[in-house]
Amino acid sequence: MKVLVPIKRVVDYNVKVRVSADGSGVDTQGVKMSMNPFDEIAVEEGIRLRESGAAKEVVVVTIGAQAAQDVLRTAMAMGADRAILVKTDETLEPRAVANALKAIIERENPGIVSMGKQAIDDDMNATGQILAAKLGWPQATFASKVTINGERAEVTREIDGGSATYGVPLPAIITADLRLNEPRYASLPNIMKARKKPLETLELSSLNVDTASRLTTISVAEPAERQAGVMLNSVAELVEKLKTEAKVI
Amino acid sequence: MTALVLLEIENGAVRQASRSAVAAAGAFGTVDVLVLGHGAEAAARLPGVTRVLHAEALSDALAEPAAALLADIASGYTHIIGAATATGKNILPRLAGLLDVQPIPDVIAINDADTFIRPIYAGNALATVRSSDSIKVITIRGANFDPVASEGGAATVEAVAFNAASQVNAAELLSVNLSTSERPELESARVVISGGKGLKDAENFKLLEPIADKLGAAIGASRAAVDSGFAPNEMQVGQTGKIVAPELYIAVGLSGAIQHLAGMKDSRVIVAINLDPEAPIFRVADYGLVADLFTVLPELESAL
Ligand SMILES: Cc1cc2nc3c(=O)[nH]c(=O)nc-3n(C[C@H](O)[C@H](O)[C@H](O)COP(=O)(O)OP(=O)(O)OC[C@H]3O[C@@H](n4cnc5c(N)ncnc54)[C@H](O)[C@@H]3O)c2cc1C
Ligand SMILES: Nc1ncnc2c1ncn2[C@@H]1O[C@H](COP(=O)(O)O)[C@@H](O)[C@H]1O
Repeated sequence: MKVLVPIKRVVDYNVKVRVSADGSGVDTQGVKMSMNPFDEIAVEEGIRLRESGAAKEVVVVTIGAQAAQDVLRTAMAMGADRAILVKTDETLEPRAVANALKAIIERENPGIVSMGKQAIDDDMNATGQILAAKLGWPQATFASKVTINGERAEVTREIDGGSATYGVPLPAIITADLRLNEPRYASLPNIMKARKKPLETLELSSLNVDTASRLTTISVAEPAERQAGVMLNSVAELVEKLKTEAKVI
Repeated sequence: MTALVLLEIENGAVRQASRSAVAAAGAFGTVDVLVLGHGAEAAARLPGVTRVLHAEALSDALAEPAAALLADIASGYTHIIGAATATGKNILPRLAGLLDVQPIPDVIAINDADTFIRPIYAGNALATVRSSDSIKVITIRGANFDPVASEGGAATVEAVAFNAASQVNAAELLSVNLSTSERPELESARVVISGGKGLKDAENFKLLEPIADKLGAAIGASRAAVDSGFAPNEMQVGQTGKIVAPELYIAVGLSGAIQHLAGMKDSRVIVAINLDPEAPIFRVADYGLVADLFTVLPELESAL
């Protein structure tokens, strides 16, 4: 079985982004970029499935600009076997990404698509579900545990009140939550080795899929800043303030 | 225009997050709701609802048949809406995939029938987006819309059949593990007290309990506290956990990482208790105490 892992290059999670002066988006010039943290977890899960013998190959794919090659190399340094860059300079919505991924999946025939639950730039939390719908596959979103039994995966999912376990016929889409695993660091020798692993590049247009946007961003604004508060010296003072000033207790 | 809201039912009652979604849906005209499994009676009592569609044989635990049913009945609606909960986020984007539309998740404000505001980058920016899709598939952030009441309406209830459910290629629910708590739900609590890594271990995390009891508060946690096993996952507040906006949020021994702030910075009053005066949580706090939580918590408990 093959595991396909779609990954996205995003502004690093430690960066506090700034809204651009013209309100058209956020400043990404000169900002540190990394693999989406949830996608690192999805890559790690794919590698573990291969290491456990449940999977034979881990293929990573990104739809993005030439620069997105670096996250593909990172994934291969972690242990992915090969990579596909679907090149475009456009910023795509989840619907469009799902259409492109569907075309790649039809070519690669993976048994599992392991992906992040959410990209931390657009915070959409949608691509996996859209893709599953378009493929007619089952989905196991927000996964915190995955085990494979032959033609089926058993997946524990995080739900509002706790967790729930599902039997999922393969092929299926699994989206990773933070608790699924702790991604490994790529060692220096593995980073060197990853340079020689195969990375195929193809143009998005060659897939002949609909990648039009359905959402137009009219403006992007900073959220309202909170007023600076006061520092207190004692618990007594705090309780007093909460009672008489804030009137919340 | 008519909106359809997918309701979530818990213990026979409509979840507060769903009642917020019904309130938001009112902006689009007539509101119908869909109930999967039990709870049609409770749904019929929601003010502002015209029709309750009831698919008794389905459950919101399974996205595949739920999304397929929604897709079947979607053509009568301009907006299909759910709460931005784990359930809503599981089912509605799948519906969007079936309809080939781009979903609009985590809406915090509705400008008009096509235009919505949603946070991006963990809430560090707010995007106003206009959708060109003929059916808008939306999830609503409960914290930003006052819920409709639980009682007062008298909607009609109509059974909807979905015979193809068994033909949908779906996951199968094997077991559910719900945490039981006497405390209010995190998203609807008036007061939330959250603990972080600073509590050091699971035993100490329990120091929050007597205070929560006194304040009628829900207990939340930072990701680090969850990762370290102090608290279960469903208590996590933040970008990838629950979004809360209570009257009072008390942050104890948590630093206030961007991802945590994303889940609580719209609270009305924020209190931060932290040893480190430079902790970013103080930048959003109305009241700060630079102190050792292990002395503060017992004092606070007896002062309340
Ligand atoms: C993709 C992604 C998503 C994430 N999503 C979330 C999310 O949804 N929610 C979330 O919370 N985090 C999230 N995180 C993690 C986040 O980045 C932080 O790592 C986390 O919030 C830190 O938790 P903390 O504040 O408890 O721990 P720390 O940052 O370690 O802070 C502990 C604090 O306790 C204080 N302290 C220690 N001892 C005492 C004492 N005796 N008395 C008083 N104070 C004391 C310290 O001064 C320190 O400020 C996410 C991370 C990533 C990468
Ligand atoms: N451009 C992209 N290329 C590859 N995978 C992507 C891309 N965008 C999103 N994904 C995948 O979809 C997941 C969810 O993204 P989103 O729906 O945008 O929050 C991510 O964690 C990735 O696994």
